[in-house]
Amino acid sequence: MSKAIEKKANLQIKRDLCKGCKICVQFCPKDVLTMEGGKVKIKDIEKCIECGLCELRCPDYAIFLGGSEDEE
Amino acid sequence: MASKLIKDYFRTDKLPHIWCPGCGHGILMRSVAQAIDNLGLDKDKVCIVSGIGCSSRAPGYMDFNTLHTTHGRALAFATGVKLARPELEVIVVTGDGDCAAIGGNHLIHAARRNINITTVVFNNNIYGMTGGQYSPTTPTNEFGTTAPYGNIDKPFDIPALAGAAGATYTARGTAYHAKQLTKLVEKGIKNKGFSLIEGISICPTYYGRKNKKGSAVDMMNWLKDNAVDIKVAEKLPKEKLEGKFLIGEFKNTTEPEYTEEYMKIIERFQKER
Repeated sequence: MSKAIEKKANLQIKRDLCKGCKICVQFCPKDVLTMEGGKVKIKDIEKCIECGLCELRCPDYAIFLGGSEDEE
Repeated sequence: MASKLIKDYFRTDKLPHIWCPGCGHGILMRSVAQAIDNLGLDKDKVCIVSGIGCSSRAPGYMDFNTLHTTHGRALAFATGVKLARPELEVIVVTGDGDCAAIGGNHLIHAARRNINITTVVFNNNIYGMTGGQYSPTTPTNEFGTTAPYGNIDKPFDIPALAGAAGATYTARGTAYHAKQLTKLVEKGIKNKGFSLIEGISICPTYYGRKNKKGSAVDMMNWLKDNAVDIKVAEKLPKEKLEGKFLIGEFKNTTEPEYTEEYMKIIERFQKER
């Protein structure tokens, strides 16, 4: 692999914290998120530009950027 | 388990918090934690004090020295903490009812003394926890469970009230403009004297439902469309500001600080002994 593989955005969702207010879905500038079963779900991670607006406005701290992979 | 900020500054075992889906208080609480993180304050040197109400549940989730006190008396307890331990950074988290109604006197006198406390008012325009009674910041003609035909009272402008009473730093932010709010809280903490930052929250459950404001997203959009930064407002004609409210920094001055003046008296008598 000569060229670096484009790194996917590290956007994490804690579904047990989500209360389904849809604020993140609505204010995502790239339409990355959607709702499923009353909670937020990533629709298209490729579009994510890691702006962090979802994390900034999530009242329940259920969606955020970063964090290590081994967690869950 | 959660983002770094939440892991570092919150009691994650207490999450999810009790606030309703779409309540703006979570956003405001995160802004306060972010401001503390940006300033690099020592967690053990910060004390968060609150009274009673939706907003006042915040210290239960924040991992600092915390104090959950009686209704309206957060500033009275905070004054005691600050005088006993002036080295602590005392931050009061209070609501519109807590600080402007039952705690109104404590607010104006804390402001008058210019004691080095940072007060963050989570203003949701209603008494949420007790069932949607109108509060001192419910706009005129809007509804609450105790105002079924519309509220007659004029709402308080809390930063203006605190500023007039002698606070040296006053500002207003909103849950939508969370980044700006973080900066305002930072400046409030840095200010040596009484700082009051009003954070306009959203209450989709009571205020929103009673006044047909729609979902949490609709209410966030309302904040986005109706908040005008004070720097922008200065250049706008009056008719464009009708029905809007101002955000940003309203007052930033320097005056003698209460605990310092108090210590001066103590030192004077210690020398005379």
